[in-house]
Amino acid sequence: MKLDCKHVWEHISEYIDGSVDAKLREDIERHLEHCEICSAILDSTRNILILTADDRTFELPVGYSERLHERLARELENPGGDLKKK
Amino acid sequence: MRTTETNEAGLIARIVAGEKELFHELIRPYERMVYLTLFAIVKNESEAEDGAQEAVISAYRHLASFRGDAKFSTWLVTIAINEGRKRLRKAKTAAEESIEEKEEAHEGDYSPAPLTDWREIPLEALERKELREALRVAVRDLPDIYRQVFTLRDLEELNVEETAQALGINPGAVKVRLHRARMMLQKRLVPYLKTTAPARRLFFGRAL
Repeated sequence: MKLDCKHVWEHISEYIDGSVDAKLREDIERHLEHCEICSAILDSTRNILILTADDRTFELPVGYSERLHERLARELENPGGDLKKK
Repeated sequence: MRTTETNEAGLIARIVAGEKELFHELIRPYERMVYLTLFAIVKNESEAEDGAQEAVISAYRHLASFRGDAKFSTWLVTIAINEGRKRLRKAKTAAEESIEEKEEAHEGDYSPAPLTDWREIPLEALERKELREALRVAVRDLPDIYRQVFTLRDLEELNVEETAQALGINPGAVKVRLHRARMMLQKRLVPYLKTTAPARRLFFGRAL
């Protein structure tokens, strides 16, 4: 089946996740071979996901881990102690 | 992966049996996940950090009830989500919540934005700070239901089933929300991508 661009866009997310069936995958790939617009959309979306998964993009507050383990240490030592203080 | 889970099961058993100090070790690989989950819900750094601490303490207190039929990570992320929702409820009125629920029924335009010359953009462009910042802002601005699914799937890399389980929605809804979230981000970030590579083909240039 020949796919139009809009059809490809609808499945782009599942295509990236590898969850489209073999037939649809083949149709999408055939479309991508000649469609520059869809190829660019696919590449840009993929790159956004790479950037998202990069730890430097979404950083944790400085000192988060230390504070978390300090709090945890207090809880291990004195269960519910923080609650009582409040 | 399997070894991680086996080690984890062993760790959990020892903690429950009394070696409670080991909980530090158990939680360490998931600290980031817990924070990001909270942040996706409350959208505020200090509130997310407080919530992350509460979620971790709560996981410690309830560890004996962890049955191992779900993965520890999924169990933990569920606790984090509940903590986030609890905090949100405190801050939000019931009226605002019902607006949020309607969002999914909204028939919006979730198509991506066409762009050309993306292939010409070198991978180094992804290193640019402003692109990261633009992505952070774009994710923060996503409607809540989309941001939460996107965070669990694409930031924390949970699979569809785990995400559905943690959020209490069906896998179909996870896929739909994820697709829309990704397309909204793609559309939003196109201007940042465009500036790095001027369109050379006028025909496509117009389509932008």
